[in-house]
Amino acid sequence: MSALATTPAAKTGSTLLDLVLRFRALGLIIALTVLVGVTTAMNPRFLSGQSVRDLLFAAAITVLLACGMTVVVLTRGIDLSVGSVLGLSAYLTGSVLAETGMATAAAMLVGLAVGAACGALNGAIIHFGRVPPLVATLGTLYVLRGVIYFVAGGSRINASDLPRGFLDFGNGSLLGVPYLFLVAVAVLAVVGVFLGRYRAGRDLYAIGSNPEAAGLAGIPTGRRLLTAYVLSGSLAGLGGVLYAARYGTVDASAGYGMELNVVAAVVVGGVAIFGGSGTALGAALGALLLTVINNALPVLRIDQFWQQAIIGALILAAIALDRLVSLRAARALRQKGSNVD
Amino acid sequence: MSIKARSKDLWSQTVRWGRALPGKVSRGRDSASVRVLTTWDAAIIAVTLLFLLVAARRVEHFGTARNAGYIVLDLAPILLLALAMTLIVTTGEIDLSVASTVGLTSAAMGVMWNGGMSLESIMPVAVLLGAVLGAVNGLFITGFGLPSLAVTIGTLALYRGLAYVLLGDTAVADWPRAFTGWTLGGIGESAVPNVLIPMLVLAAGFGLVLHATPVGRSIFAAGANPIAAAYAGIAVGRLKFWLYVTSGAMAGLVGVLWTLRYSSARADNANGLELTVIAVVLLGGVSIFGGKGSLPGVLAAVVLLVALQNALRLAHVSTEALTVVTGSLLIVAVLAPNAATAVRGALRTRRRRTA
Repeated sequence: MSALATTPAAKTGSTLLDLVLRFRALGLIIALTVLVGVTTAMNPRFLSGQSVRDLLFAAAITVLLACGMTVVVLTRGIDLSVGSVLGLSAYLTGSVLAETGMATAAAMLVGLAVGAACGALNGAIIHFGRVPPLVATLGTLYVLRGVIYFVAGGSRINASDLPRGFLDFGNGSLLGVPYLFLVAVAVLAVVGVFLGRYRAGRDLYAIGSNPEAAGLAGIPTGRRLLTAYVLSGSLAGLGGVLYAARYGTVDASAGYGMELNVVAAVVVGGVAIFGGSGTALGAALGALLLTVINNALPVLRIDQFWQQAIIGALILAAIALDRLVSLRAARALRQKGSNVD
Repeated sequence: MSIKARSKDLWSQTVRWGRALPGKVSRGRDSASVRVLTTWDAAIIAVTLLFLLVAARRVEHFGTARNAGYIVLDLAPILLLALAMTLIVTTGEIDLSVASTVGLTSAAMGVMWNGGMSLESIMPVAVLLGAVLGAVNGLFITGFGLPSLAVTIGTLALYRGLAYVLLGDTAVADWPRAFTGWTLGGIGESAVPNVLIPMLVLAAGFGLVLHATPVGRSIFAAGANPIAAAYAGIAVGRLKFWLYVTSGAMAGLVGVLWTLRYSSARADNANGLELTVIAVVLLGGVSIFGGKGSLPGVLAAVVLLVALQNALRLAHVSTEALTVVTGSLLIVAVLAPNAATAVRGALRTRRRRTA
C-alpha cells in the first residue's frame, strides 16, 4: 500500500532527470551545446566556417575508431590495439600509394584489408586461445607497433610521395564538411543500423549482457566475437588511410597512444565498459565532445596541459553516471515489482 | 561393432599420445610431481635461470658485475610496481594508473623542490601523495562499486594530465648530488647497487604477506570467489581498498626513485610503464581472472624481461624487436597455460573413455 502511495510521486518528480540520465545522447547533446555556446560567447570566431572545419577534421578519425570500439566493448571486450593498427595501415597504404599511385578508393580497400587482418588476429587469439581481450589486444598493441618499426625503420612517407588526388581527398570538403568527416558519418550510419536493426548486431548486445545465456539461446558467440574484432580492426585500418590522407606524412609513430582517446570517447558516450549497453551514436557524440573540449581550451584561454586531466575526469564522471543510472533503474524495477505484489 | 572400432581407434590414439609424451602422464602417482614441474611459475623461474646462464656465456659484457648493477637499476621501478600489482591482479582487479601516479608524484616533487622544501621532507610527502592517489582509485572501485578497468583508465589519463598541469613540459633537474649519487651508487666500493637492499626487503615483505599470512589467504579467496569470500567473513571491499592504497604508495616510492635516478622530475616520467608492469605480472603466472598466482614467478618474470632487454641491447638487436618480444610474451603467458589445460583435458577424456 505504501509502495503505491510513494512510487507515482517519485516518478513524476524526476521524469526529466530520468530522461536525461537514461538517454545519454540527449545529455551529450546538451553538454555539447552548452560548451559550444559558452565558447562562442567568449570568442564568436569559434563558430566560423574555418574553425568548424578544423573541428570536424580533428573529430573524423576518432569518431570512426569509436564506432569500431563500440562494437567490441558491447561484447564485454576491449580493443587496445587500434592505435597500432591505424599506424600500420597508414604506413602500408602510404607506401603502396607512393609506389603505384592507385586511386583513393583502392587505397581505402588496402587499408580495410590490413585492418581486417589485424582484427582477425585479435579475434583468433581471443576466441580460439581463450585469452582475455584486454591481455590479447595489449599484446598486439606491442607486437603491431614493433612490426611498424620493422617495416618503416627510420624512414617516413612524405606528402610529396603521395598522389595529388589522395591528398585532395584528405584536405577537401563538400559544403564546408570535410570528406573525411563524411566518411566517418557514413560508417557511423552503417554501424548504427547494424547494431540496432540486424540480428548479428543485436546478438552482440546479448553476448555482452550474458555470454552463457547468449550461447544457450543459440547465438554463435564465437563467430560473432570474431566479427566484432574484424570490424573494429577494419575501421582502425580505414582510419589509417584517413590519417595518411589528412597529414600526408606518416612515420612509425603514427597513431601512438590513440587507443586511450578512443576508449575515453566510447565510455563518455555511454557504452558500458562491461558490455551489453550503449550505441554507436553515443560513442560518436562522445568523440565529438572530446574534440570540442580540445579545440575550445585555447579559445577559453585554458592551458593546453589541462586537456588530458579533463579527459580523465570525464571518464570517471561518465562511469559514475552510468552506475547511478543502473542503480536507479534497478530501484524502479524493484518498486514496479512490489506494485504487482 | 562400430563402438568396438571406435574404441580401437581411440586406443591407438592414446598409444600415440603416450609415445609422444616421455613422462608417463597416465600414472596417478607421477602426476603430482609432473604438475610441480609444469606449473607456470616453476617454468618461468627455470627459463629465467637458463636465459641468464646462456646470455652470460654468449653475450659479450652481459655477465659482468657492472652490467648486473645496471640490470638491477633498470628493473627496480618495474619490480616495485609489480609487487603491489600482483596482489591487486590476484584479487581479480587491475590498476592501469600506476605509471601515471609515478609521473604525478615526480612532477609534484619538482614543484615542491622549486618551492624550497627540503628533499628529506619531500620524499615522505611524495609517498603519501601516491597513497592518496591510490585511495582515490580504491574509493571509486570499492566505495562506488565501479569496474577497476574503467576507473583506472580514467585515472591513468587524469593523473598524467595533472602531472602536465603541474610541470608543463619543463623539467626540474637540480637535485642534490648526495641523493642522486646514492641512488646510482653501490654499497661501499662494490658493484652491488644501494637500491638492491630495500628492493629485496620489500619483495620479501610482499611475498610473506601474500603467501604466509591470513591477509594473503584472503587475497586469494577474494580473487577466486568474492561472494564466497564475503560469506567466509572477509571484508573484500576494505581489503581491495587498502591494496589500491598500497599500490599508490609504491608508485609514489617509484616516483621518488625515478626522479633521483634520472635526476629529473618531468611530467612524462614512466610514461607507458603500466603495460610493462601488467606484462610481467601476467608472464609471472598470475591469472588475470584472479585467485591464482605467486610472487616468485612474478619476480622471475621481471628479471627475465629486463635481462632480455639488456642482452638484446648489448647484442645490438634493435629495440623494435623488444616491443615484439614483450607483446608476444604477454599473449603466450596466457595462451600457453590455456593450451596446456586443453591438452590435459583432452588426454583425460581419452583415458577415461579407453578405461
